[in-house]
Parts: sequence; structure tokens; C-alpha cells
Amino acid sequence: MERYLRVNNTLTIAWKELKIYFQTPTAYVVSAMFVMFAGITFILNVIGTNPEATVRSFVVPSSIFYILLAPLLTMRLLAEEQKLGTFELLFTSPVKDWEVVIGKYIASLVTLIATLAATLYYVIMIYAFGEPDSGPVMSAYLGMILYGAAALAIGMLASSLTSNQIVSAVLGMGTLLILTFIDTLGTRLGGVTGDIILEISMRTHFGDFARGVVDTSHIVYYLSIIAVFLFLAVRSLETRRWR
Amino acid sequence: MIELDSITKYYGNYPAVTDISFRVEKGEILGFLGPNGAGKSTTMKIITGFMPPTEGTCTVAGNDILTNSLEARRHIGYLPETVPLYTDMTVSDYLEFMGKIRGLKRERLHKRVDAVVQICRLEEYFDTFISKLSKGFRQRVGIAQSIIHEPDVLILDEPTIGIDPIQVVETRELIKSLGGEHTLIVSTHILPEVSMICERVIIIHEGQIVAVDKPENLATRLRGTERVELDVKGPTREIVSALEKVSGVESVNRKSSLSDKGYSSFEIEATRGLEIRSDLASSIVNNKWDLLRLEAVGMSLEEIFLRLTTTENDTNKTGNMSVGEVSQSE
Repeated sequence: MERYLRVNNTLTIAWKELKIYFQTPTAYVVSAMFVMFAGITFILNVIGTNPEATVRSFVVPSSIFYILLAPLLTMRLLAEEQKLGTFELLFTSPVKDWEVVIGKYIASLVTLIATLAATLYYVIMIYAFGEPDSGPVMSAYLGMILYGAAALAIGMLASSLTSNQIVSAVLGMGTLLILTFIDTLGTRLGGVTGDIILEISMRTHFGDFARGVVDTSHIVYYLSIIAVFLFLAVRSLETRRWR
Repeated sequence: MIELDSITKYYGNYPAVTDISFRVEKGEILGFLGPNGAGKSTTMKIITGFMPPTEGTCTVAGNDILTNSLEARRHIGYLPETVPLYTDMTVSDYLEFMGKIRGLKRERLHKRVDAVVQICRLEEYFDTFISKLSKGFRQRVGIAQSIIHEPDVLILDEPTIGIDPIQVVETRELIKSLGGEHTLIVSTHILPEVSMICERVIIIHEGQIVAVDKPENLATRLRGTERVELDVKGPTREIVSALEKVSGVESVNRKSSLSDKGYSSFEIEATRGLEIRSDLASSIVNNKWDLLRLEAVGMSLEEIFLRLTTTENDTNKTGNMSVGEVSQSE
């Protein structure tokens, strides 16, 4: 009974957030922007000198745009509750802090997956005019979902830290920017330090997915990022109350 | 129903409330009175489990607010001071959501949404976005969400602040009607409101409880005497001596004379707890004087409040200021 109720709480919160996503323009604008970016990279490949019949050609560059997409999707989720004071109601209702965080996270994840689904149009084009391997297509999309999910978790933490949506978005983008491009520093440094830094970079772990390789260690990496950042988000909300 | 035991809360080094203990029985409406910044909201946030106390324990319906938090929260309906609403939602969506996270299931949920919409008279605005509602209606939505799950305990933080006078009256009526089924704590810094809606009042000042009593008892308790005022026409000196003979009367003061009609006003202090008005009246009538007015004078809450929250020395300085502030906000 108790367990059932808890899942229910999480889903209630997720559903509420999804409804707001689809009733307000933010999600549409942000998603459309992402699909457009993906489209541009897709076209650049097609009209290029050496077009490939792979999703990799547009999936890898568009993954960079997660730096913008994820924080813009998550910035409202926890920051606005703090601003409106609605947290006071949420946390005096019989729901746990993590149910709130997970519920909201699920809503953002669903929106992200819906956005990715829109890019399937390009995949259909590739199938229509070329003969791509289906394996790499599926692994690339699995990678995109994991990468995006990790980026959203980082955005959730950023959103929990402030009651200002802009600050939250900037914090999230900054963190993602570092975690994405830190690999260049790793390559520069080389050696053990360089390897460690390479392992931290979110981009490093995405390459294999795009090539059609599903490596458990990469899945574990993204899942760990999700777990750590969501955990920190819950903690950060708790400490904001204890003060 | 609600029990606070030596609750203390520090914000950093600043004590917001110090050593607060009280009980609220089932069905009671308790007024929580104090100037801005006295610690009312802090205490309420602790009772609702939003904020843990630095020291002390608080139980709601037998559940400790810290160790058995979820169970305690199930019994609580809460309206914070800022009336937190999701402005991107419609009234119906919002109420449905609030009902759901408090564990209401489909059929009961729909019944309750309909019920609270009716109680708070929000029918017309059922599908309106909250961002489009005026302050008064937002307040109603806030109250609606606090009672949607039929909580045993209802905690309303300044429920009448910032709404127009007609809505204030309506809101007070609504709160009064909620007593009985629900145990209520209502905070306010508007003094007359307390005597209008509350059965018992706690006066809190600088984080400490300075008085707990029924609004009407507070007056006599503080003054130590009953006070009666009367207007009589007749020879002043004889009236005074006649009134002084009435048993229980401690002092008679002539206050003023209403010159043109020949009436004089007297103020009489009598032993606490005695009802002397009928004796006074018959004494005057027996002497064939004209009695225009006979009235027991209570102490206004403003007066009580001042007595409690200021010491003799600074009554003139800070005291008058806080009265001014209080009556202004009314």
C-alpha cells in the first residue's frame, strides 16, 4: 500500500509537470530549437562532399546542444517552486523530497525523449535515400537518451540551488559546458591525469554509442551521473529547509 | 490534537522562537497573535513539518513531526502566508493535484474538488488559469487546497491579509464555519480578528508566548477589575456616594458631563468576576435619577496587546508606535 502510494506520488508530480510543459511555450520553443539544430547538422552532412548514410553524422554534433537544451528544460522545475513558495505546500504534504525530484525529473525526461522522437524524421530520410545499419541507429539513440538523461540530472541540481530560473539555467549550462569539453584538456595533458579527465567528460562516453558499440561501462557512467546529481538535488533541497 | 513542547528555533544565531509550548484540543480555533516578525510563521512552519525546530518536539494527532513526518502531514492542511499557487495551472488542475499528492483517490478526489470549489465559491473560475485570478480569489483557492483532504488540523497563516474588506468578512465566516470539524490555528496581526474568530488566543512577542487565554478573559485578567461606564442625570455628589454603596464597587470616578443635557459620565471599577450592573441600575432608579447609558467596558485587544508586549518604561515610545502600526494594517 505504502509503496504503491509512493509510486503514485511520483507519477502525480510527473504528470503535473508534463501538463505544464505542454501548456506553456517554453518546452515547445526549446525542443523546436533542438530539432532545428539537429536538422542543420543533418543537412550539412547531406550536402557535404562526403555524405554518410549514418545517424552519427548528425547525432554527435547535436548532442553538443544538450548544453542548451537540458538546463532550459529543467530550470523551472525546482527553482520556480522555491520562488512561488509552493515548496512549502509540497513538503508539508505527505510526499517525500525524492518523490518530488524524481517526479519532476521524469517529466523532463519524457519531454526530452519526445524531442528526440521528432528527430527520427531525419532517420527516416536516411532510410529512404540510403541503406544505413540499423544497429548503430539504435545504439546512437540509446546513447542520446542516456546522455540527455545525465544532462537533465545536472540541470535538476542547478535548479535546486536557486529560486531564480535564469541563474539555474546558467549554472546548468556552465556545468555541462565543462563536463562536455573537458576532454580536450584530457587529450592535451595525456598520461594518467589526462585519462582520468577523459573519463569524466560526457562526450568521451558518447562516441562508442554513435559508432554502434554498446559498452556497459558507458551506460554505468551515465547512470552514475544521473544518480549522483539527483541525489545532490534532493540533498540541496533538504538543506535549504534546514537553514 | 497539536502539542508543542519547548520548541526553539534559531536562524543562524538569531532566535526566531524560544521555548514555546502549548496544546490545541480537537475542534478548537486557536488565534495566534503577534506583531510582524514575532515568530508566528516560524512556529507554523514547524508545526506543519516544513522546517525542523532547533530544539523541542511537536506532535500532530499523536505523530511526531520529525520522526513520523509523513503520517503527521496527512493530518495537516496548511495555508502559508504567501499563498503559494502554481500560476500556470487552472484552478481545477491545481486542486486536483493538491488532492492527489495528499492521497485522495479518484472518486473521492472529484467529490472533494467539487465540494471545496463550492465551499470557497470558486465555481465560476473552475477552468481559469490561476495567473488570471485576483488576490482575493487566489486566497480562496489557497483555502480550498488546504481543506481538500479534510484534514483534522488546519493551519492558516494570515488568511485575511491583502484582500478587500468584503472578502475579509467572508473569509472570516468561512474560517469560523470550519471550526468544530477541524482543529484550527489561525495567525494574524489584526487584533479584532482574533476576538471575532478565535476561542482561545496565544499572544506571541519576540519569539515567546506572553499570554494564553480566551479573548474576553484576557481583559479582566490583566486589569484585575471589572469596569462599567454609565451616564446619569442628577446631583453629582449624591450619585457618587450612592454608587459607592453598591456592593462590589471599588471606586467611582466622574469622567465628564454632557453639558447641554445635564448628564454626567461615571466610570466604576468593581471586584473582578462580579456582575454589578443590575445593582447599579436599581440604585439609580430608586433615587429617581435618569439613566441614559450603562455599559460594561472590556479592554480592547489593542490595550491588552500593548500591556503584554511592552514594559512600563517604554510604553510611551515603542508602545504607541506598535499600536499605530497595528491599527493601520487593519
